[in-house]
Amino acid sequence: MNQLDSKFGEFGGMYVPELLIPALDQLEKAFLDAKDDPEFNREFLALLKDYAGRPTAMTLTRNLVSNPLVKLYLKREDLLHGGAHKTNQVLGQALLTKRMGKTEVIAETGAGQHGTATALACALLGLKARIYMGAKDVERQAPNVFRMRLMGAEVIPVNSGSGTLKDAVNEALRDWSANYDTAHYLLGTAAGPHPFPTIVREYHRMIGEETRAQIMEKEGRLPDAVVACVGGGSNAIGMFADFIDEPSVRLVGVEPAGKGLHTAEHGAAICTGTKGILHGAYSFIMQDKDGQIEESYSVSAGLDYPAVGPQHAYLADTGRAEYVAVTDEEALNAFQLMARKEGIIPALESSHALAHALNMADEAEEETIIVVNLSGRGDKDLDHVIKILKEGHNG
Amino acid sequence: MDRYQTLFARLDDSNEGAFVPFVMIGDPDLETSEAIIRRLIESGADALELGIPYSDPIADGPTIQAASIRALSNKVTPDACLQLLKRIRADYPDVPVGLLLYSNLVMVKGIDAFYVQAKDAGVDSILVADIPLREAKPFLSAATQTGINQILIAPPNATEEILAQIGEHSSGYTYLLGRAGVTGAETAADIPAADLIERLQQVQCAPPLLGFGISTPQQVKTAIEAGAAGAISGSATVNIIAANLDDKETMLKQLDEFVRAMKAATQKG
Repeated sequence: MNQLDSKFGEFGGMYVPELLIPALDQLEKAFLDAKDDPEFNREFLALLKDYAGRPTAMTLTRNLVSNPLVKLYLKREDLLHGGAHKTNQVLGQALLTKRMGKTEVIAETGAGQHGTATALACALLGLKARIYMGAKDVERQAPNVFRMRLMGAEVIPVNSGSGTLKDAVNEALRDWSANYDTAHYLLGTAAGPHPFPTIVREYHRMIGEETRAQIMEKEGRLPDAVVACVGGGSNAIGMFADFIDEPSVRLVGVEPAGKGLHTAEHGAAICTGTKGILHGAYSFIMQDKDGQIEESYSVSAGLDYPAVGPQHAYLADTGRAEYVAVTDEEALNAFQLMARKEGIIPALESSHALAHALNMADEAEEETIIVVNLSGRGDKDLDHVIKILKEGHNG
Repeated sequence: MDRYQTLFARLDDSNEGAFVPFVMIGDPDLETSEAIIRRLIESGADALELGIPYSDPIADGPTIQAASIRALSNKVTPDACLQLLKRIRADYPDVPVGLLLYSNLVMVKGIDAFYVQAKDAGVDSILVADIPLREAKPFLSAATQTGINQILIAPPNATEEILAQIGEHSSGYTYLLGRAGVTGAETAADIPAADLIERLQQVQCAPPLLGFGISTPQQVKTAIEAGAAGAISGSATVNIIAANLDDKETMLKQLDEFVRAMKAATQKG
């Protein structure tokens, strides 16, 4: 049986074939052993500091907010090596892989951000990486595919199903079912079967811990709200984790509304979803009346996932965190505004969080401190945004 | 005695093992699928293992994924699958029929409601591919209440703890995995699984049927010699459907020959 609770209320669990249970148990045990091992923690912290560049900065925006009552801070995960928060937990899981005596890593990737983080960690730590990526994404994200291959990872295009992120996860799980003896499945977000949601949260929780220390130093008090985008939910849970027990801090998750929640083209699993099982966890998912999983959509590939991590489902269900949705157009506006006003090009994912934080700032009627998790930088999105702006969908 | 118990008693008397083909209901469409299922029974299948098409089948290899996609692209729904089974049951009152599907198709209707609906369609057993013993409690309880057999999987890496639970809860038959990985004829089953079969018999589990990577009569023979009560063949059966989508007559003829050859291999010594 599990040593840790595998569920968050009714959400989470281990809805996988029996065959994978021993591998998940082995992972839980390795995670718990490592937690109490000073040597593991020393190595993880050293990598985070000297290789990845932690702690990341916290920046008070100068020009973005016009409401004088509001201070809007950015937690700068865009400055982390690899260009996004993803490097944090990938380093942790790569160390666990070695601890379990495994030599290979399996990963899925959508746009290639988690794949890139996995490739860099595996290059550094001498692990063999094979990364599943939807065939359509392989074509659309040529620079990231090149980046992964440059760092020695094998990139495997997935043609089955719809050829997108969810099919890449399916394929990674299939590979793992055959190769769990030698390979670790390095899942990229706080979703999937237990213990992944817990491990990914714990290996990202320094985002919130640093935020707390930095805001205490600058302001002498906790923020009124922390805001983060939510696809699978890893950067958001990393930001939220340290504030869950601080009721004065609003936790705000921002989902992708795509072309609008009234259309079929969005990825807002919590805001519109119903409960069900995808990729091993019971959570909010996008499905039809028969239980077939629906395709998600977002301008931002990193948020394009038809489910959400089970702890977010729980935080939503209990009302501890609030979840809203922001359209492609609003996110693209925030993307451009941030570049022009602050000289920072945010990832399209993080632009969703920013767009909503700007709305909150406009509406504030008393002194308010907001921290947005700027989960990644936008260089990877430039080609995509150039195309969209040329086509004139936006401004 | 339920249909599985009756079947295994009869096969014991005649010194045979069971041959159980698997196909996806609605592959490639409902009408053809009904003709396929009828033919499998007429050709001598001892029992049937039938899938309900699902969008994200993580335990299946390319062959059975493709079967799901064919059925889904023809708008085959779980309700239509169960209605088809009702017609099969009306004509074949004795053949055991098992469902093999994924958890979300059950959850969306509510576990108890789904089991009641399946029972009403004449289903004898349900195997949920992504429900391990650890999550099985509400499924086992729905199965007990409706008189359906919950099929449990014995993987090659099963711990003593898992085997003991299979011994306690299994009914109908036990799905013995011939190897790790996903379904598919590309990688052969690891036979004999004699060691695992012996451990299963010690915990008094329901009769083990060997599946995953079974595609030839020789494998069926070897599985039964190793102590299995029979063998399940999915991808090899589905491959015949996939190879003959344009020619239904040839498809049915080849399925007939395949089932007869596999069934012939179940005769013991």
